[in-house]
Amino acid sequence: MLQVSVYRYNPETDSAPYMQEFQVDTQGRDVMVLDVLHMMKEQDNGLAYRRSCREGVCGSDGMNMNGKNGLACITPLSEVVKNGKLTLRPLPGLPVVRDLVVDMGLFYKQYERIQPYLQNDTPAPAIERLQSPEDRDKLDGLYECILCACCSTSCPSFWWNPDKFVGPAGLLQAYRFLADSRDEATRERLAELEDPFSVFRCRGIMNCVSVCPKGLNPTRAIGKIREMLLANAT
Amino acid sequence: MVTNITSFGRSGLSDWLIQRVSALILAVYTLFMVGYLLFNPGLDYAAWSGLFSATWMRIFSLLAFVSLAAHAWVGLWTVTTDYLKPTAVRIAVQLVVILAIFVFLVWGIQVLWGA
Ligand code: SF4
Ligand code: SF4
Ligand code: FES
Repeated sequence: MLQVSVYRYNPETDSAPYMQEFQVDTQGRDVMVLDVLHMMKEQDNGLAYRRSCREGVCGSDGMNMNGKNGLACITPLSEVVKNGKLTLRPLPGLPVVRDLVVDMGLFYKQYERIQPYLQNDTPAPAIERLQSPEDRDKLDGLYECILCACCSTSCPSFWWNPDKFVGPAGLLQAYRFLADSRDEATRERLAELEDPFSVFRCRGIMNCVSVCPKGLNPTRAIGKIREMLLANAT
Repeated sequence: MVTNITSFGRSGLSDWLIQRVSALILAVYTLFMVGYLLFNPGLDYAAWSGLFSATWMRIFSLLAFVSLAAHAWVGLWTVTTDYLKPTAVRIAVQLVVILAIFVFLVWGIQVLWGA
């Protein structure tokens, strides 16, 4: 029997959040945390969480499992369970909508701020804008982000200033467009980032790197942005 | 772009650079001081005030004081913006910090050139 303790909160009926205990019989199998959530939902239909692809592609089921953020669907019990206990909480730092479902508004607002689309005013060629294989390689480790928010919600700098600090996810994408040879808005992008909060609130703690389910490295991208800012300054 | 009015350099980039350069200067100054004290075990007043009457030592010390002032401002400004959310409280604390840094800096200069 696996003992699961899960964060419950329904703002309409509960005056405060509380932890609910579940006993789940996994029949000794090493299933994913998301499977355990399904079993719990069979016991209590009211339990709310997000999921869609259930294979680590959509980024919907980011949550805090025994103190560490990750995707429930690709996290096997053997990786997180300690002493037969599992504690599930919503991603830290964002407002809770219900149980494990958080309001990602601030996270998306920061993503929107870095203008996550290619900007190029030269007329497009007949077929497509070409890029050398070397230039294309620069986007590896950047474009794979699925915006699950595991990184930003494990970042203390994002907890304190989610309205001003772009956060690791947004900054990884900021660099994805700064590094793209087809993008022409480099100067404008950098100008938007040089204040004391947007990039520089990063303290290099690397919580983001340690939780990213896609194995990406936002801290390195942030370092690259800093280098570009420095190179562009006088 | 997030607007800032009480940060030291008004820009994240310059604050970041100032923080690194001042840390370097402070590290060199500290190493020098520790080294000096280690190599002069029987230090007396005459030697100590002799050291601080040399112009290069005064320049070096003033550089370290100014670095400390800048470093403290940038660092404490960051701490206040992390933890003090009510604007009035934050600005008040920032002003106290800046004032204290100013007083200590002038006082330091007076000590350096006074004796
Ligand atoms: S390295 Fe920077 S962005 Fe990543 S968790 Fe630490 S402070 Fe946040
Ligand atoms: S960088 Fe990693 S942890 Fe952060 S949002 Fe993207 S995929 Fe998720
Ligand atoms: S359900 Fe899609 S990433 Fe987990």
